[in-house]
Amino acid sequence: MTNGEWTPRIVAFFCNWCTYTAADLAGVSRLKYAANVRIIRVMCSGRVDPQFILEAFAKGADGVLIGGCHPNDCHYSEGNYKMLRRFQLLRRMLPEMGIENDRLRLEWISAAEGEKVKWAINDMVEKVQALGSLGMPGRFQDWDQEMKSLEQKMTTPEEKEVAYAH
Amino acid sequence: MPTKPKIGFYWCASCGGCEEAVVDLAEDILGVVEAVDIVFWPVAMDFKKKDVEAMPDKSIVATLLNGAIRSSEQEEMAHLLRRKSQYLIAYGSCAHMGGIPSLANQFSREQILKFVYEEAPTVVNDQKTRPMLQFEEKGRVVHLPELRHVVRSLDQVVDVDYYVPGCPPTAKITKQAVAALLEGKLPPKGSVLAPDIALCEQCPRKESKPTDLSFTEFKRPHWTKLDPTKCLLAQGVVCMGPATRGGCEAACIQGNMPCTGCFGPTSRVKDQGAKMLSSICSNIAPKEEKEINQVLSGIPDPVGTFYRYGLAKSLLRRKVNLPVNGKDAAV
Repeated sequence: MTNGEWTPRIVAFFCNWCTYTAADLAGVSRLKYAANVRIIRVMCSGRVDPQFILEAFAKGADGVLIGGCHPNDCHYSEGNYKMLRRFQLLRRMLPEMGIENDRLRLEWISAAEGEKVKWAINDMVEKVQALGSLGMPGRFQDWDQEMKSLEQKMTTPEEKEVAYAH
Repeated sequence: MPTKPKIGFYWCASCGGCEEAVVDLAEDILGVVEAVDIVFWPVAMDFKKKDVEAMPDKSIVATLLNGAIRSSEQEEMAHLLRRKSQYLIAYGSCAHMGGIPSLANQFSREQILKFVYEEAPTVVNDQKTRPMLQFEEKGRVVHLPELRHVVRSLDQVVDVDYYVPGCPPTAKITKQAVAALLEGKLPPKGSVLAPDIALCEQCPRKESKPTDLSFTEFKRPHWTKLDPTKCLLAQGVVCMGPATRGGCEAACIQGNMPCTGCFGPTSRVKDQGAKMLSSICSNIAPKEEKEINQVLSGIPDPVGTFYRYGLAKSLLRRKVNLPVNGKDAAV
């Protein structure tokens, strides 16, 4: 948040062996990138369960960025392919659930590519900024607003048995 | 004569299959009827809402409620039965997770009403008549329940004590649940009354499931001649077994059809669909985007496949950009 203006919140899952090391390199090299990402280190991009991605959105993330080793470079040999396959289906499924494709991004970033971390983050922040807030926690509250009047009516002791009419 | 424990049954947004499941207890239902007093069961017995309203609070030992909650009337009955019952049990997939009715969470209320009352091919409605919430004739006012914007599972509306999963729950787990209730041998509140283990573990075809499935295509079960002895995943059919709770004794697999996930996830999983997507995708053979997508094209409807019984209880709950609160016109 700068000057009270909205800026996106992006959750990033970076693999321990490549992308996280690259982010470290970006830091050591004093590269500047947008402060909107919260990086979570995982051992491998293949460890990123689609539940993590959906939960990040559900809890208020505006975007999710996943960073892994380049194809053929996975420390565990196959993990990044597993992530790529999940990503391909998520890219089809999330728009069906109303979440734009630019909110989920997969990047292959090797340990030497500190510049690419900077570019990927800045570019993603820009794109998500253009999309605006996803704001799932607020949406959940909005959706459940329609139950409030009946809930109050049905749970106050005095009005217990009063039938609800529109 | 000592008073027998009182039991209620109720249905909300459901197909009636769960009621059928109770009847499916066959002769065993006589044992149930002997042990309990059924005080409310609209599908089979003549009790009215005012009869329930007249009961003292918590006087029903347990109410087994099936169906998702999608109208104001169902919401009200859920609140009423919650107050009258010591245990409120979500019976069947719809009450448990939203069930098939919650696939409607992919559409706005306006889209649904417009299709059903105006656009469906079998509908002739030149006047574009829609049900009204209130109607007055000769000084009498008639009310209709309001359709909510969101389809909900029972526990998204009121506090739920236990869940009996399944579409519909099998006779065996229904009997076990009723027995546990009557004997007071209940697990911690909030438990699903079925084994907490994936269906694959109980599957009769478990031995034929390879360690590496390595999908090169997905086949639709109705277009494929299936080997009745081999793991369905190994035959390239999407079977929800790995992400679904067991307890059904693999009824569908025994009928040579894949699991579609009606028992919901195990307790360690938050989002059944995401977990299944994870499992299926990890096992696809190709490594290049284009070929991966080619294989994935065999799953034409991922939301309907992976969230068939649980969209309401999934992490996102609903297509996220649909309107609510009278802001219907936009979508």
